[in-house]
Amino acid sequence: MKSLKNHISLIIALFTVLFSVQIYVAVDRTIEAYENRLKNDYSIIVVSNKTLSAAEFKAMDSIIERSESIATDQVLERLQGEMSKKNLDLLKLTLPKFYRLYLSRFPTPQEISKLQKRLQKHSSIERVEGYAQSHDTVYKLMLLFKDVVQIFSISIAAVTSLLILKEMRLWQFQHAERMSIMALFGAPVWLRSAVLFRLAIVDAIIATIVLCLAFFIIEQYGWMDLLLRTVGISIELFDFVNDAVRSLLIALGVSIVLTLMIVIGNEEEE
Amino acid sequence: MDKVIIAENLSLSYKEFETIISKASFAIDAGSFVFITGASGSGKSTLLKSFYGAIEPRAGQLMVGGVKMSRISTSKLNFLRRHIGIVFQDYKLIKEWTIEKNVMLPLIISGYTKDISSSQVQKLLGHVKLIHQSGKFPLELSGGEQQRVAMARALAHNPILILADEPTGNLDEYSSQVIWNLLEGANTQLKTTVVVVTHNIPSSITVPYKHYHIEMGNIHEIA
Ligand SMILES: Nc1ncnc2c1ncn2[C@@H]1O[C@H](COP(=O)(O)OP(=O)(O)O)[C@@H](O)[C@H]1O
Ligand SMILES: [Mg+2]
Repeated sequence: MKSLKNHISLIIALFTVLFSVQIYVAVDRTIEAYENRLKNDYSIIVVSNKTLSAAEFKAMDSIIERSESIATDQVLERLQGEMSKKNLDLLKLTLPKFYRLYLSRFPTPQEISKLQKRLQKHSSIERVEGYAQSHDTVYKLMLLFKDVVQIFSISIAAVTSLLILKEMRLWQFQHAERMSIMALFGAPVWLRSAVLFRLAIVDAIIATIVLCLAFFIIEQYGWMDLLLRTVGISIELFDFVNDAVRSLLIALGVSIVLTLMIVIGNEEEE
Repeated sequence: MDKVIIAENLSLSYKEFETIISKASFAIDAGSFVFITGASGSGKSTLLKSFYGAIEPRAGQLMVGGVKMSRISTSKLNFLRRHIGIVFQDYKLIKEWTIEKNVMLPLIISGYTKDISSSQVQKLLGHVKLIHQSGKFPLELSGGEQQRVAMARALAHNPILILADEPTGNLDEYSSQVIWNLLEGANTQLKTTVVVVTHNIPSSITVPYKHYHIEMGNIHEIA
């Protein structure tokens, strides 16, 4: 088949687009999973001289998901033997309330400092204790990696667009003659371009299948999974239902838009 | 008698202030056989193009098959073209299609079933003596054979009008004869209107015909 070469270059171009989108999605997924893990370990201790409800905390900053009061009874019980009941009662009255705050998501350093300032502004809050060190090196590396991947995907998309554009010209050239002959015999536009659309759809499907195969192989070897598990994350690199469907839609979208451009370009030439 | 083509003060040109055909008025009867002659570059192909809507009238009126050709809509033009069979000087076969599929083109466009199309194509390939070449591709045939394929294609959908632009221009004697026989046959047996642009009218023609000559942008009938 003469046009096999053209098929392959379109399939490779589509595959490249799909692959970089998928890598971006997987990195995003990894970071989200890692943030979730960090979020659960992360909390802020607040010392207050008044009882504060969860609603009051939430009103201070929407990032606060829930609050948990830290029981002081245990500490007081331990002091029972050493202090007189009177003093203990006095202490109970003056002892401030301790709260542990849980956040709805893993905060950025800016969000933490903003949160701390807001909490401290509250009249009844005496102390705020956060965990600045929780922005660990792994997390920072991951964010860096995400940026790198983003730049990488954008440049791949740019290069691929050029490739696809070049491919388009070739197609236009190859199909223009047949399409104009068909027009001379009264074929409507959709019939003239049916072959192009069929090719575009077939190529999109093939590119998606190749992508599924590629991720199937990656998952079979399992080294990616192993790598992620060392940082305590388990994610699905490629969801063979949702990701496959999304990839197919992207591939179909790209190739159909491409074909439409050829067809419209061809119409204008007549 | 019904007219298939009516031209009134028809002017044709590619550029705005140029004239290739100037204020031509003529009418072509349904079922007639017409020759158009003229020197090279006199505008024969241009006139034929106006009949199948590849060029719009610059001025004047042109009706083909009852359809006004000025500012014709794409869908109307497509409809009209599905009732016209064209034979081009340069054949215009689709290179990547087999001979059989090329002949089938007008039938595919009109939406005929595979069965009907196949038998029609076989019949036509028989008429143009190319039954054994049906699986080949256009570039595997000689010029004469390619033009016979184009001839079969032009007849495939039983058009009301056949337009042929120097169909035998530089073909061998045998292929020329096959093509003239088919054009005459379509005219006499199917009452198809035939308009042929040619350098010289073959002496073998037996049907009654009209003859128009183009000279200096003017079209006049030769008795
Ligand atoms: N597509 C075109 N664009 C501009 N001028 C054209 C085009 N086709 C033909 N012409 C010019 O129109 C004139 C008539 O050409 P044509 O109808 O092809 O002549 P014929 O078929 O009688 O040899 C010629 O002078 C030719 O150069
Ligand atoms: Mg000519």
